[in-house]
Amino acid sequence: MKKPSNFKLKYIINYILVLALFIPTAIMGFTGSIKGSSALLLTQIAYSMVLAVSLNLVVGFLGELSLGHAGFMCVGAYIGCFCANYMHAVIPSKLAVLVISMLIGGISAAVFGLIIGLPCLRLKGDYLAIVTLAFGEIVRTVFMNQPVFGGALGLTTQKYGKLLYIIAFVMVLFTVFVSQNLMRSKHGRAIQSIRDNEIASRAMGVNVTYYKLIIFVISAFFAGVAGVIYGHNTTPVDYSFFSFNYSIEILVMVVLGGMGNISGSIISAAVLTFINVKLQTQLSGDLAALKQLIYALILIVMVMWNNAPALRGIREKVNIRSLIDFFTEKVLKKQETAPEGGIDPPASASWDKIPTKIPMDAILSTDITPDNPYEADAPKKEEKR
Amino acid sequence: MSEYILETKNLGISFGGLKAVQDVNLKIKKNELYGLIGPNGAGKTTVFNMLTGVYKPTTGSFMLDGEDITGKTPIDINKKGIARTFQNIRLFSNMSVIDNVLVGMGNRSSCNLFESIFRLPRYWSTEKELRAGARELLRVFGLDEERRTVASNLPYGKQRKLEIARALATNPKLLLLDEPAAGMNPQETAELTETIRFVRDNFDMTVLLIEHDMSLVSKLCDELTVLNFGTTLAHGKVEDVLNDPEVVRAYLGE
Repeated sequence: MKKPSNFKLKYIINYILVLALFIPTAIMGFTGSIKGSSALLLTQIAYSMVLAVSLNLVVGFLGELSLGHAGFMCVGAYIGCFCANYMHAVIPSKLAVLVISMLIGGISAAVFGLIIGLPCLRLKGDYLAIVTLAFGEIVRTVFMNQPVFGGALGLTTQKYGKLLYIIAFVMVLFTVFVSQNLMRSKHGRAIQSIRDNEIASRAMGVNVTYYKLIIFVISAFFAGVAGVIYGHNTTPVDYSFFSFNYSIEILVMVVLGGMGNISGSIISAAVLTFINVKLQTQLSGDLAALKQLIYALILIVMVMWNNAPALRGIREKVNIRSLIDFFTEKVLKKQETAPEGGIDPPASASWDKIPTKIPMDAILSTDITPDNPYEADAPKKEEKR
Repeated sequence: MSEYILETKNLGISFGGLKAVQDVNLKIKKNELYGLIGPNGAGKTTVFNMLTGVYKPTTGSFMLDGEDITGKTPIDINKKGIARTFQNIRLFSNMSVIDNVLVGMGNRSSCNLFESIFRLPRYWSTEKELRAGARELLRVFGLDEERRTVASNLPYGKQRKLEIARALATNPKLLLLDEPAAGMNPQETAELTETIRFVRDNFDMTVLLIEHDMSLVSKLCDELTVLNFGTTLAHGKVEDVLNDPEVVRAYLGE
């Protein structure tokens, strides 16, 4: 069997995705050709990515429905930013303040993740969703009623400007790094086995309790970090932001990007946040009243585009892969014709030469004829017998 | 070390007032192929569920290799060395074939969470070991070429095989097979018979299996126990048991 040429690509594709957004905008930011509002939007995209990837750990990989992600974010935002406000006066380095406050926000959210994870061990599906939903609502009401955290007016935070933007994208990379490495280890496989069949994974000796808790804690940690980024990006920290609606929005990002698909979460977080913010800021007059409606319409169209059986024909013609196919075919043809003079490669051969082939394709094209022994390993088999 | 790899003493369970299984005494020697048969609803799968810790027996006890492991959790029992397959296939259906086996091998690797996330040297060495082990297992079961296939896309017979491979991946002393030939055609059954024999010989395994296919049982098993209405009806050598008039009556009626 051929070893697919994209073996390395699947490990770095997520980093490429994030960097593809980050590097051009960072360069534009430092040369001054980017507006303040765009920097705000980009930071928003960054924490949406962190939220979507971390929620994907629970929903996509562990297979438990959590509707309290905004609640964890809320804990992180309030506690992290509260500490940052104090540290601001003591520690001169802004970088240190940001990093430490993110750690504090993340860890405090992780503690709540542990507390919510404990009932999760006994609850499933809808019931767990209700518990996490209740947690999200309770936690923001509690913070609203604390005068220390600014009460209903919200918690005023310091501005960090470009530094925050850079740290936010570093955090995205870190989130992707942790999630991806975790899921591609024995622990990740155990977690996914719980999603697919809990009874069988117990019978295989997988410590279900431990892994469920661990995933809730890790997911909550990153939600808390995202909260701190949010808090420093948007001042004051507004309790009403962390409502049930926002939890659902993160869930929409995860579902749209694909359960258990980290790249999908990154892309859909970026696209949805962009659409959402642009709808809020660009629409004026009578259209402004319709922004939620338009947002919903866009979502429906996107989901239908991805899943409706009736659109399959169009989908197969117009998709990213065929686009890449189209371009590479042209490029390859040029390369072939220029030096050697006119040997057209067969149209089907072009696909193999593209390094961007996705892993699914390797899976689908696996040769499964039984009388095709795996030559390289055949001698070992003989020895064993 | 004891003479028997698995020994149950008056094993029984009742759900409320219903005595589902009582007084089951199995004595399985090392490297034996032992069959557990009986009409539908006789309590065979319940016995399996007790042996793997899904149910806690209400009476009696069982010992694995001389060690009493009654009432332990499924995870602990698996670590002690009992692995099972399921009557209705329970693969990790969205994961690839090799990942299914790798889940079973998970407990062989000592790599912790931190090492996995930050890809420390131990991650690479243990992962390499696990993968090599998994490939070898898959090769034995003729699944190596399909290792990247998603498990639910495998044909039925291969799913059954994969379940056995996954159970073996946990490195058990005793393998419990719950109706391995259910839903298979005669050719697949014959192939399965060979596979089970092969597993017994090459992995030095003891196998306890539930089966309704009498041709498979008579070809494969060394000893049998017949359950009926939760109690032991007969046990002994295969020919003796299958010709026992009591057993024939239980299966076919008067």
